Amino acid sequence: MTETGKPRTLFEKVWSAHTVRDQSADSPAVLYIDLHLVHEVTSPQAFSMLRERGLRVRRPDQTIGTMDHSTPTTPRNALGIIPVADAMAAKQLDVFSQNCSDFGIPMYALGDEHQGIVHVIGPEKGLTQPGMTIVCGDSHTSTHGAFGALAFGIGTSEVGHVLATQTLLQNKPRTMAVNVDGALGDGVTAKDIILAIIAKIGIGGGTGYVFEYRGDAIRSLSMEGRMTVCNMSIEGGARAGMVAPDDTTFEYISGREHAPSGAEWDAALANWRKLPTDDGANYDEEITIRAEELTPMITFGTNPGMGMPITAAVPMPDDEADYNKKIALDKALTYMDLRPGQKLLGKAIDVVFIGSCTNSRISDLRQAADFVNGRKVAEGVRMMVVPGSQQVKRQAESEGLDEIFRAAGAEWREAGCSMCIAMNGDQLQPGQYAVSTSNRNFEGRQGKGGRTFLASPLTAAASAIAGVVADPRRMLN
Amino acid sequence: MEKLNHIQGSIVSIPVNDIDTDQIIPARFLKVTDKEGLGKAAFCDWRYLEDGETPNPDFILNNPAYQGASVLVAGDNFGCGSSREHAPWALLGAGFQAVISTDFADIFRNNALKNGLLPIIVDADTQQQLFSLADEDPSTTVSVDVEAQTLTLPDGRAVSFPLDGFSKYCLLNGVDQLGYLLALDEEVQAYESKHPRRVATTA
Repeated sequence: MTETGKPRTLFEKVWSAHTVRDQSADSPAVLYIDLHLVHEVTSPQAFSMLRERGLRVRRPDQTIGTMDHSTPTTPRNALGIIPVADAMAAKQLDVFSQNCSDFGIPMYALGDEHQGIVHVIGPEKGLTQPGMTIVCGDSHTSTHGAFGALAFGIGTSEVGHVLATQTLLQNKPRTMAVNVDGALGDGVTAKDIILAIIAKIGIGGGTGYVFEYRGDAIRSLSMEGRMTVCNMSIEGGARAGMVAPDDTTFEYISGREHAPSGAEWDAALANWRKLPTDDGANYDEEITIRAEELTPMITFGTNPGMGMPITAAVPMPDDEADYNKKIALDKALTYMDLRPGQKLLGKAIDVVFIGSCTNSRISDLRQAADFVNGRKVAEGVRMMVVPGSQQVKRQAESEGLDEIFRAAGAEWREAGCSMCIAMNGDQLQPGQYAVSTSNRNFEGRQGKGGRTFLASPLTAAASAIAGVVADPRRMLN
Repeated sequence: MEKLNHIQGSIVSIPVNDIDTDQIIPARFLKVTDKEGLGKAAFCDWRYLEDGETPNPDFILNNPAYQGASVLVAGDNFGCGSSREHAPWALLGAGFQAVISTDFADIFRNNALKNGLLPIIVDADTQQQLFSLADEDPSTTVSVDVEAQTLTLPDGRAVSFPLDGFSKYCLLNGVDQLGYLLALDEEVQAYESKHPRRVATTA
């Protein structure tokens, strides 16, 4: 609480601790940024701007780079190198290397033992900590909110602002408490929670808000699960999602490369324990979901808000009262080549993609491997497993997960964004259907003409084995 | 950034809700290291046939009657999804100066304003009226007064739209926000002296 004793939310505490200048009638707040993550795709124009104006990077020591978006995930060659076949991607990666080198920013290059998806490496290196402000030129920066950080995606102009000044101009967002009470059933995971939330509020339902995920079901999630939930906050329109830090958080951070240690750890811990929302603090909005009512979820349409329980039928556009929504649903079903009222269970698929900043961490891979262990990927289905980082890859290999996936007939790839963004060679062919653990089912997102069903790693693994959209609960051992 | 005070231009509508930035500019065009040439890839997968080159005759932006339109009227929640600033760069490259919708995704709205692409929020009735006007008469023009924050329709009705004072100042004066932030260096130093860095990536 403040000295005046007014109860505050987690968001308000982090926000007010970072305002260099408060919001006024004339200008937005100036927010100090503790950690800036940069990658090859949204940074080159920002570095060019710095050069044009003769500016330096103010805090390279609070900035870190990794290659992830345009990098191939094809296996290494005989020299241990991951070849980049695409000339434009190769140039972009070279430019990024040069920029980081010129401006003194530590950077993990393609194939480096620390390289990986930007939102996977921040937490795994212990850089992501409670109470921090974290930004990146990537909308899934919301992932880091799982630690009780205020983390959000920014555009390239803003990347330039943070590089040059370590600050951002921000209008203060509103807050929404998202309560997930009760306990999850078997086969229902963090991914199903967030897909259910987005299906409830719609893809724009959180615009202007920061979510705080609360309740027993959130508390019971691992850090990986909380990251999955926070990751997709942006798919509900919220730039940031947060979870108050607790012992699960502290246990995850402890001992990691950039985690504080000794007396510094004790001091940090004392501060982190003050972060959770005070009793009696107010949110601008509040919604509640009952965890026990949740089932495995799947999307049927062309945005993440078009999701439903996996056993449900595709909705009927004619039942939609709002004309624009009816048109949107019609358009989505046409693109997906699905019939109104059709069930997705049993729908034949071509590809299963397990990966992305949403679901490529070790627990995701363990869950999928456990499911496919001793089973075979269905004939005609391509299953790709793409670890989120080189560290995740090594960990998985040390546990023999790669062998389980290969034995089942899946591809085991190098780390990167891969088929989530389809700008790196990994993509669907026109007309193909994929069950994907990534975060976006937009038209063409996974490849021009490709059709995406978003689901959990468990549902994806079950579907790979069945060769059709499958309910993992019916196949659990 | 160029100064932006008045826009006078014809409108074209894409009456689709939730147009995401992957539609505005697909990810495969994000391998550029500058801002050039993105205009021709705007709405690429809707605008061209499967070969990626032949204009799709059914897509409104390829209709000869709407060539030269500088104001895009779109369905609700325009610009959702990816934070890519390539989206406003592509729209500007395709000749648009303003986008009208009932609502914009936060990151897109921020990105647009920083590039002099004006996001204009109107009520659903005005949006529907503009859809109809664009549909009925491709020569329909609207005018926008940034200072007054008004959109004037062909019937003379002036509709107010919200615009925060700071963004408005930047648009009217053609200045970007970085200059403002750079001028705060002393305040940032004062903040840093009281708040030791949380992590050191270089350690």
